[in-house]
Amino acid sequence: MAYILTHAEFDTVLQRLKQDYILIGPVRKKNKGKFSDADLITYGQIESLSDLETNGKSQFSAKETIFPPSQTLFYFTEDEYREPKFEPQKRIVFLRACDFNAIKRLDLLFLENGQFVDAYYKRLREKTHFFVFGCEKSYENCFCVSTGTNQCEGYDAFLNFKGEKINLFPSEPFKRYFAGYEENEDILPQFIERNHIQVDIPEGLSTKIYDHPYWDQYGKRCIGCGRCNFSCPTCTCFTMQDIFYRDNKNAGERRRVWASCQVDGFTDMAGGHSYRKQQGERMRFKVMHKIHDFAKRFNMHMCVGCGRCDDVCPEYISFSQCISGLKGVVAHDN
Amino acid sequence: MITNPYLPQPAEIISITKETTTDYTFRLKTDIQPDFGQFVEVSIPKVGEAPISVSNAQPGWIELTIRRVGHLTNELHELKPGDLLFIRGPYGKGFPKEQYRDKSLIIAAGGTGLAPVRNLINYYYQHPGEVRQLSLLMGFKTPEDILFKEDIEKWRSKFQVLLTVDKESPGWSGHVGLITNFVKDAVGENSSASRVIIVGPPLMMKFTSQEFIKYNIPEENIWLSFERKMCCGIGKCGHCRINDTYVCLEGPVFPYITAKNLLD
Ligand SMILES: Cc1cc2nc3c(=O)[nH]c(=O)nc-3n(C[C@H](O)[C@H](O)[C@H](O)COP(=O)(O)OP(=O)(O)OC[C@H]3O[C@@H](n4cnc5c(N)ncnc54)[C@H](O)[C@@H]3O)c2cc1C
Ligand code: SF4
Ligand code: SF4
Ligand code: FES
Repeated sequence: MAYILTHAEFDTVLQRLKQDYILIGPVRKKNKGKFSDADLITYGQIESLSDLETNGKSQFSAKETIFPPSQTLFYFTEDEYREPKFEPQKRIVFLRACDFNAIKRLDLLFLENGQFVDAYYKRLREKTHFFVFGCEKSYENCFCVSTGTNQCEGYDAFLNFKGEKINLFPSEPFKRYFAGYEENEDILPQFIERNHIQVDIPEGLSTKIYDHPYWDQYGKRCIGCGRCNFSCPTCTCFTMQDIFYRDNKNAGERRRVWASCQVDGFTDMAGGHSYRKQQGERMRFKVMHKIHDFAKRFNMHMCVGCGRCDDVCPEYISFSQCISGLKGVVAHDN
Repeated sequence: MITNPYLPQPAEIISITKETTTDYTFRLKTDIQPDFGQFVEVSIPKVGEAPISVSNAQPGWIELTIRRVGHLTNELHELKPGDLLFIRGPYGKGFPKEQYRDKSLIIAAGGTGLAPVRNLINYYYQHPGEVRQLSLLMGFKTPEDILFKEDIEKWRSKFQVLLTVDKESPGWSGHVGLITNFVKDAVGENSSASRVIIVGPPLMMKFTSQEFIKYNIPEENIWLSFERKMCCGIGKCGHCRINDTYVCLEGPVFPYITAKNLLD
């Protein structure tokens, strides 16, 4: 069941949605990309369909809409902890299937890991609805078909852009915004079915692989900048930071900010102890989490194959090549 | 309204005991009732937050023994009785006390590693019938670093206590040498039935475990308590993770058979 609308018709629907929701999606910023003449696609508020950039992959994922890079947990005045008084507005976030699947991974960590629910995450998450748009083509470094995250279900709406037309598959609660348009019976959502890159996540990974010389190459190449983590839609680590304001030392705040397991200091403890001092060990830690450790705990791989870690690495380190290489190592050792 | 697990509660400092020049014990007024070996997150607004083991507890108060090593702990050492600090918790899995019932128990603690087990030792001091026998093996760098001196003297009346310092020091007539040198003495006869708790710096725990295993303590009978960088204590921040294990959730106390597979 689908609605087939023109861009203008869908814009009308968007204006209706804007009565109840703010709309957030990938937008194009001129000349802000990795290279100065390239554009940056980033998440921002959209007013109409023309703001929505569906041609090209966003450098950062939709993760920041529910897990912001820096989030104030408390405001301090003297000795008082004051929670930020913010009632997030209901929002609709436009994103791709890989990024929507990544939200499931974030949910598992923030809502289900341990006995506590992360209140800050939940507050934003509860107000957020997801409109997933299908990819017309596979982009550089994508391997979502290999990770099974090219497809998705449980969205609030699905969109396929088809030239002049858009095929729209809203969930029941959103159908009322399409009032006046006709539903077509025969059409189904279309997901991307092929990437240029295929990876085969190796079975039988274990701690036996930890001190394999395979990781040494990354010790030489990785500079520990953390970009791979920050651009990853499934990385959730953060560090707490307390600050006081320069103009009033009695007031300040506690924030959490995104952290990277590839960057120095991630494991530093008092007394000078730290773990994984070598970049090769950090790469191993990250890779094992994405394609083994997370799944052991939550029954699905963490990596959704978006390829952003490859897109942003200044050293041209490829995650998909790393996994493929690992497959060879495991096959050889077993 | 969702409860906010990051929101700490104010706790008034009842008293402060200077254990050494760098370690102070703070007694805090609180209703928190921790298990043995659990920790709390302690914070001062605008300064920071850190995980600290509960080193003693009774209904109405807990004690934290805090070493001055950095930003937050320096500030904590400036506080006075009557001041407030902020705590949330208790967190983590502590010692499985039931598994030590009626057994011979050996607790080997190195340096500040004594803090997380002190509460348990005090419990056995009050309930000496609960274990068959308790031996304490405690090591510090120098005599000046010895924590809980009064408790240790008290413990001597009921338990076998072996206290050692790393090197000869003027005025010290007790044992000298690393804890590992005394494992053999602590183990005694019938070692295979004994239970062992080892807490201390990473290398101390590694070598002390190996030594106990050498003297026929089965791996299943050993427990360790881990320390990792922690920013949340509730399984969210990711800093404490090893493989698929979160030290703040499944630890900090681990059976040795689990701990030996936790490779950083
Ligand atoms: C489960 C658990 C229980 C604990 N129990 C106790 C206890 O009972 N008593 C106790 O005293 N401590 C305990 N600790 C350790 C305690 O949490 C740390 O000492 C505390 O976090 C230090 O905080 P700080 O702000 O004072 O030090 P920081 O200012 O954070 O730094 C302390 C030192 O650590 C190093 N360091 C830390 N972060 C960085 C970084 N980003 N970059 C470079 N170097 C860094 C530096 O060498 C610095 O001197 C426990 C830790 C855990 C995990
Ligand atoms: S590990 Fe790389 S490919 Fe996988 S989800 Fe993260 S950024 Fe995307
Ligand atoms: S982006 Fe590349 S260089 Fe930077 S930390 Fe990740 S792998 Fe290392
Ligand atoms: S301390 Fe944050 S996840 Fe364990």
